[in-house]
Formats: sequence, C-alpha cells, structure tokens
Amino acid sequence: MGPHEGLGLEITELRLGLPGGSGGGGGEKKRVFSGGGKNGNMDLVVGWPPVCLYKKNNICHVTKMYVKVSMDGAPFLRKVDLSCFKGYSELGMGLEKLFGCSGIGEAMKEESESCEYTAIYEDKDGDWMLVGDVPWLMFTETCKRLRIKRRSYANGSRLHGTNT
Amino acid sequence: MVYSLPEEVLEHVFSFITSDKDRNVVSVVCKSWYEIERKCRRKVFIGNCYSVSPGIMIRRFPEVRSVELKGKPHFADFNLVPEGWGGYACSWIDKMSRAYPWLEEIRLKWMVVTDESLELISTSFKNYKVLVLASCEGFSTDGLSAIAANCRNLRELDLQESEVMDSSGHWLSHFPDTFTSLESLNISCLGSEVSFSALERLVARSPNLKTLRLNRAVPLGKLSTLLQQAPQLVELGTGAYLSGVRSDVYSALSKAFLGCKELKGLSGFWDVDPSYLPAFYSVCSRLTTLNLSYATIRSPDITKVISLCPNLQRLLVLDHIEDSGLNALALSCKNLQELRVFPSYLYVADANVTLTEQGLVSVSQGCSKLQSVLYFCHQMSNSALITIAKNRPNLTCFRLCIIEPRTPDYLTHEPLDIGFGAIVKHCKNLNRLSLSGLLTDRVFEYIGTHAKKLDMLSIAFAGDSDLGLHHVLSGCEILKKLEIRDCPFGDTALLANVAKLATMRSLWMSSCAVSIGACKILSRKMPMLNVEVTDENGTLDPKLDSCLVEKLYVYRTVAGPRSDMPGYIWTMDRDSANKI
Repeated sequence: MGPHEGLGLEITELRLGLPGGSGGGGGEKKRVFSGGGKNGNMDLVVGWPPVCLYKKNNICHVTKMYVKVSMDGAPFLRKVDLSCFKGYSELGMGLEKLFGCSGIGEAMKEESESCEYTAIYEDKDGDWMLVGDVPWLMFTETCKRLRIKRRSYANGSRLHGTNT
Repeated sequence: MVYSLPEEVLEHVFSFITSDKDRNVVSVVCKSWYEIERKCRRKVFIGNCYSVSPGIMIRRFPEVRSVELKGKPHFADFNLVPEGWGGYACSWIDKMSRAYPWLEEIRLKWMVVTDESLELISTSFKNYKVLVLASCEGFSTDGLSAIAANCRNLRELDLQESEVMDSSGHWLSHFPDTFTSLESLNISCLGSEVSFSALERLVARSPNLKTLRLNRAVPLGKLSTLLQQAPQLVELGTGAYLSGVRSDVYSALSKAFLGCKELKGLSGFWDVDPSYLPAFYSVCSRLTTLNLSYATIRSPDITKVISLCPNLQRLLVLDHIEDSGLNALALSCKNLQELRVFPSYLYVADANVTLTEQGLVSVSQGCSKLQSVLYFCHQMSNSALITIAKNRPNLTCFRLCIIEPRTPDYLTHEPLDIGFGAIVKHCKNLNRLSLSGLLTDRVFEYIGTHAKKLDMLSIAFAGDSDLGLHHVLSGCEILKKLEIRDCPFGDTALLANVAKLATMRSLWMSSCAVSIGACKILSRKMPMLNVEVTDENGTLDPKLDSCLVEKLYVYRTVAGPRSDMPGYIWTMDRDSANKI
C-alpha cells in the first residue's frame, strides 16, 4: 500500500477513530492539509511557508488594513483587519464569527443562492462591488468598507449576473 | 609500556581545546584521557535536552561553567510542535543549581522556562554571567526582575525571540545602582514598554556595553539619548524607526550615530519611515551586519543603504529588496557571506514586488565569499540553480523556499531535481540544505550520492516514494538532523535504515506515511532511540499496526523514555507499544 500523491486523503482513510473520540490535549491548531494545488490554495497549510511565528506576527502587524463592516439589521458596525486574512474563506470565517452570518464565506466563492447573506464592498472609486470577483490581494488593496446584506434586502437576482 | 604525561600537564594542554567536537574526540582516546578531560571540561553543549539527563551530565562533568541546551525540534518555529510538547528547563536548572555553584553561563533554545527557574538561577550561582533564552517561553518579567536584582556580575542577558509574559515594565529598575558589568542586552522581543529612565540609567553606567537590542516600544526620539550614553556600542537594535515630522529628532539621531565609531551591526527597524534612514548613513561604511527583515521600505531605499556598506558580511532583508536591490548588493558588497531574504507577503506574490530567482543568481555571481543563503521566492528554474551552484561552490548553507509547494521549474515545467542536484554536486562542503518546489525521488538520489558533508536536511512536499528517504538515509554519511513534512515516505525506508538513526541527533516526520507498526518495530530494534508518536486528534489506535502516525520524532538518548510528555504523545515502548 504505497502512498503516492493525494497523501492527505489516504491518511484519513486509514484512520480508525476511537468511539466518541475527540482530540486529546492538543491545541486548536488547524489540521487540514490542502495539498497546495495549482491555484495555490494555501489558506489551510499549517506551518507553511516556514517563517518563524515571531517574524510572521511582526510582518502582519506592519501593514494593517482596517475596514468598517456593517450588516443589515445589526445595531453597530465592526472593524476587521484585512491584512490578517489570507483569502476569501478566512474573511468569510471571520465575518461569520463577528456577525453570525453563516455561509457568507461560501457565498463569496460561488455565486450560489444558498446563503442568506451576501457581501459587498465599496471600492476606491466609490462603487459598490460584489465581494469575491477579483483576486484576494487586489480586493484588499481596493476595499474601503464592507457591507453584509440580507438577500431579501439586496434585490438578490440583480447582483448575480448569471441568474436572469 | 605506555608513556604518559602527568595529569596536570594534560589538563593544561586540554585547556586550549575549546570546541565540543574536539573535546569529545579527546575523551575517547583512552580511559585516562577520558577521566582527565571530563574533570576539566568547562563547556557543555547538548543539542537535544532529552538525549541525556541532567544527572548524567553532572556526574560526568563536575566542573562545568557553561551549559547550552536545546529543547523542542526545529519545526517548533513553524507551529508544527503542539502546545505542551515538552522542553522544560526546570529539572536541568534545579539540578545544576545544586551541583554547579560556579556555573556562569546558561544558554537555552526552544525551551520552556519558568519564573521560579529564573529566580533559582539568580540566587544559586555565585559568579553568574550569561543568560541567553532564545525562542523560549513560560516566563514573565518577574523572572527577569529576579535576574536583574540578584546577578551582580551579569554580563549578558539575551531574550532573542522569546515569548515573555509582560507583567511589569519596571523589571529593569531592579538592576542595582552598583551594577556596572553589563556587556550585552537584547530585549527586542518584549511587547510592552520598559521604563525608559531605568534603561537610560542602566546604559549610562555600563561602560562595557557592546550589544544593545531594544524593543519596538522604544521611540526613535529616545534612541539618540541612549547612543550618546553608549558610543562604544558594536551592535545596535533600534526600536520603531519612525517619528513625527520633527527635524530635531532627525538631527539628534544623526549626530548620535556620528559618535558611534565602533558600530558594526544594526538591526530592529520596525515601522521604518524612510526619511529617517539617512541618519545612520555615517556608520554604513563600517557595518558588517545589517538586519532589515522587519523594515517594509521599498527597493530604492534599501538599495541606497546597501550601496553605502562595502564591508557588509551579513544581510537580512525582506523581498522588498527586489531583484534590482540584489543586483546592487552584488555590485557593492563584495564581502558578503550570508544573505537571508524573507517574504513580505506570506501567501501570494505581491504584484508590486519583483523578486525572482534572478536576484539570487546575481548575488551568487557578484559575491564570491557567499556561503550561506536563505531565500524565499515564488519562482525558480533548474538553470538558475545550476548557475548558482557553479558560481558558488563554496556554499555551506542553502535554504530555498519556493512559497507555493510543489512548484515546478517555471520555464520548463519540470521538477527541480537537476537544479538541486547541481547544488549538492558542486557545493562539496554543503552542511545544511532545505528543499522546496516540485521534486521527485531523483533529487534524493543526487543528495545521497553527493551531499557527503550534509549535517542538516529539511524536506517538505517532495518525493514520490520510500526510495527518496532511503537515498538520504543510506547516502548522507554524517547527517545529524533530518526534518520532513508532507512527503510520501514511510515504513520501508525507515526500517531499512534503523541503524542510521542511532548516528543522528534526531528525525522528525510529520504528515508522512509511517505506520504505528513500523514505529513499534523500530523501537524494538533500536533500544537506544526514543520513538515518539503524536496523536493530537485522538484517532490513533495503538493496536492497529497499519494506522498512520501524524507526527513522529525519533532521537537517540541515554536517558530512556521521557516522562514529561502530554497525553497525546507516546513513546513506543520497546516491549509493548501500549498507550499509558
């Protein structure tokens, strides 16, 4: 049984979990192995690239990109630092934590109707754009503020060009 | 009949032999040399604190003045070693406090140190001089207060990159007014402010202070005050390198730097405002070390600085230097020996930063004394690697990190096997190598065949099969440290090379294909090894031999299995591999 590529999947297949087994004393570190595919889905690989934590923390602090985030119906706004997210999925997770708008991460990546919420942002030109269209870095450089809209308020179908 | 010199004469001769390796060689010449040597050994270096116990060290070397220990595996730097893994300095410090009243120096790396231990250090040793805590954790400024208050003859306090819990900014004031022996102070890792007046008074009364590394919180405006008190400094680490638009800060700083005629090394440079850079131009011609790895200044500013540093030997910098800056480096710094280029954006290439393999090729061409390279980039080619190898056969350390795993040669789309092959073939004295990019088993064949002086090898996301690992273990004769992550290496290679593992300091394998069964066999065959298996998820069934292990750490030891592991790490017991 020689493992070759796709190693991460094989590891999970061969494991037998203990009944009701949950993690031992280990930390809450991310365990997923992404495989680092062609488009560099680097979000989830622990400890890569191999820059020591001390340097990582220091680099992150230097280029802070705080933007305001508002959500329809929420009594007050929040602020997030875009430079601390590595991609749309992480931003989605962060927003879910702040506002409880589950599924927003997925909604950014795929133009599905499944999520109740949709995220839009105001860019440098003052236009309101749908989050997720442009590459992540370009987004962080042009985003001035974020807004999470409830689908029913957003006049949904107009925002998703494919669906007319 | 064997003629031998009197003991005192031999002892005197041995006192000139200071390197650990030489001392170790001396000690195995014969029994009497072993006995004489052990009684007069002053410095002990232990690369893995679990390879031996404090008791064994103390019994063998009763007259030690300096101890250096390392705890966690190197991959702890990258978050791969879980919380609570170990590396506790406590028992070492406890036993040494009783056995070595004349101990002067303790250097610890990747270890967990408590305030109680620091307090014990401060009160146990009559002539304590040097404390270095590199990448350590577990202590607070309370422990530092004790060191400050009690170590009357302290020369060096270095907290490099440690995580210190800040409970008080005033620990510096615990150094008594009569304390004047400080030579080196590194507090760059401290998160919060230290009392500036205490710092200033300390610097003012330390005429032998040669190294001062401040933390980010020390404002630039105060730096000139400190420099005026310590113009004899040889190494300086600034705090945050920016100030408001105040020309008096600039002129005071500039004047202060002018007075520092001995300054050879600069570091710090957090939050740099480029307009303040010229303030230190006056020292550039003497600089041998420059660490700009926290400075997000752009290439033109970096280029300007390095073009003023013809004597530079060591440069640490962000990829903002770009190829253009590296070309300038190649032209200006003919004495360069070590280059480290770190990524500014950790995940995706910043469109505004053009740092490619060309920069490294330029430096390899222009800097004939270049020996050590650490380079993060996004693209590489075999031809570039071959050029670098041919330009610089004197390389001893080559660590290349192509940020996206498994990236092929961007020109040919081939694996980078032949490129790295050229590196090991031409650089015959290479002792440290880190691989990246798309690599097949072939590269390991090259490494096993040519890298005969390799001491440490780091591998990630590489190889096709066990053959790769087998080439390394069977070919690299003096390999001591091997760390591997996310490679398809498993039981066959490991079990075919069990004897090799006893000649190495340690082997780390995570997210590979090693099974519990193989770990049991390894442990049974090699009783002098600790075979430690990590199972953070609690999914590993120790009775199921085919279960794959998340993380494996194997190291030789004379101290037996360790007893301070967290619940999710087990040592394979050579009699029966059962979870406790």
